[in-house]
Amino acid sequence: MSNVISLDGIMGLGQLKAPVETPAAASGCSSSSCGSSDGPADMSPEVWEKVKNHPCYSEEAHHYFARMHVAVAPACNIQCNYCNRKYDCSNESRPGVVSEKLTPEQAITKILAVAQEIPQLSVIGIAGPGDSLAAGGKHTRKTFQYLQEKAPDLKLCLSTNGLALPDHVDFIKDFNIDHVTITINMVDPEVGQHIYPWIFYKNKRWTGLDAAKILHERQMEGLEALTSAKILVKVNSVMIPGINDEHLKDVNKAVKSRGAFLHNIMPLISDPAHGTYFGLNGQRGPTAQELKALQDECEGGAKLMRHCRQCRADAVGLLGEDRGDEFTIDKIEAMNLDGYDDSKRREYREHVELERAQRHAAKEAARADVVETLGAEVAPILVAVATKGGERINEHFGHAREFQVYEVGPKGAKFVGHRRVEEYCQGGDGDEDALENVIAAIADCAAVFVAKIGGCPKKSLTDAGIDPVDSFAFEYIEESALTYFKDYAERLAQGSVTSRAGMDAVIRPREPLARSA
Amino acid sequence: MAYKIVASDCTACGACEAECPSNAINFKKGTYVIDPTKCTECEGSFDSQQCAAVCPADCCVPA
Repeated sequence: MSNVISLDGIMGLGQLKAPVETPAAASGCSSSSCGSSDGPADMSPEVWEKVKNHPCYSEEAHHYFARMHVAVAPACNIQCNYCNRKYDCSNESRPGVVSEKLTPEQAITKILAVAQEIPQLSVIGIAGPGDSLAAGGKHTRKTFQYLQEKAPDLKLCLSTNGLALPDHVDFIKDFNIDHVTITINMVDPEVGQHIYPWIFYKNKRWTGLDAAKILHERQMEGLEALTSAKILVKVNSVMIPGINDEHLKDVNKAVKSRGAFLHNIMPLISDPAHGTYFGLNGQRGPTAQELKALQDECEGGAKLMRHCRQCRADAVGLLGEDRGDEFTIDKIEAMNLDGYDDSKRREYREHVELERAQRHAAKEAARADVVETLGAEVAPILVAVATKGGERINEHFGHAREFQVYEVGPKGAKFVGHRRVEEYCQGGDGDEDALENVIAAIADCAAVFVAKIGGCPKKSLTDAGIDPVDSFAFEYIEESALTYFKDYAERLAQGSVTSRAGMDAVIRPREPLARSA
Repeated sequence: MAYKIVASDCTACGACEAECPSNAINFKKGTYVIDPTKCTECEGSFDSQQCAAVCPADCCVPA
């Protein structure tokens, strides 16, 4: 097959088996993981074992591993004001949307085909397009049952709104589904009534406060049952300005006290063209800094996830990319899938394991160097990064469909979010409107790190006060960002650059993907 | 006495099929349809028509 993700592309310059350059010895920290934002240091060994290869649960793993959602669950049991499942355009990317609904049998065929083609695949999830546990969760159960027989090395996970969750806890335990995501947007029915117009529960449609009250109680019951069974629970919350933005701090406390492992606060995606209640009624989504401010405030609560890409219910690939188009049922049937072989996946996982230990030490060394030079009190900055994965700066500015944003300072370089953009460079020509949008999307960043960039966009970025940096091409993101920060802080102290503190940026829905015919 | 599904609005999610107490709903040619000879409008089973109550597109209506 010619469409395999090139591992060289993912790894930057390295070859699959080539050892990574040995970093300088870490000073003042002998542990390979100390200070890492998402490494084993801040979690127990059992938890780390569960999350280390799961792109949605571990920020670090999301640079290396791919997930696949299978759309076997179209039915839903609640209505949300941010969702309209009638609308399905193949150019659109957001939760609840899917191009092809699959039977459990078709789903298994598709999973095995993708597993052969993409060695980074580690996780199979069922996220809808409705609710994975609605309508008795029949298709979800069947799919996981088959999968456990055919490809037991793949991790299973599912997403749900929680309404039917308490009825399925035993099934989740029995099938070793050790990751469950619950979307919880409120812990107060007064808030909930503005988000959920109705739910279907116990053979009845409930509306208003009653609906929100039942949903809330069921969500908490399900969350508690899962965490007491030691199943990792991620809570997703949609940030809706004016409705639950302040309230999400209470949600954060409530889910943390019930043992949620991760809290993922996502921005509302709102556009009249989506036909959702919020979209049609002019409800806006948050800005990048509003989202970040809320996430920062919740940081002390449940561990916060910031790398979510709000992907489609049939997404395939690394987070931030979607190769679902290569694996439609028609195309799978045309593939030759004789024999099932997991050796490529095993080899890839061994390679990542090796690279990972060295990375933890290198990051800590770079951080210690910053503290030694500048002290611990310097204010951090944001930088935007063009990357294809592998934790490296390995994407051309004009080809980036998103920029990852890192907060860099004496505490290290921390991934804090991503910004979607249109590709600036299409068919060799730069598009000026697209460039303006890119600048708006990263306007709160001091610099943008790229593998390569043309002269024109370089000048426009510089004029806008964002430093285009290509001197770290193909290097690791975090070490490069810290090296840059050291220099930046010195220049700032001398007055040769101006601080961008207080700037804000625009959050954009994903633009149409270039779909191959 | 029966309900029907407005095919142009149906998203084929199947939520109704799972709820119908009379097994009157089947998937045919890209959409769900209600067999009027089996549909009881849930009389004797539930207070409300289950298909209409669960349908996200509100397309289960009296025939």
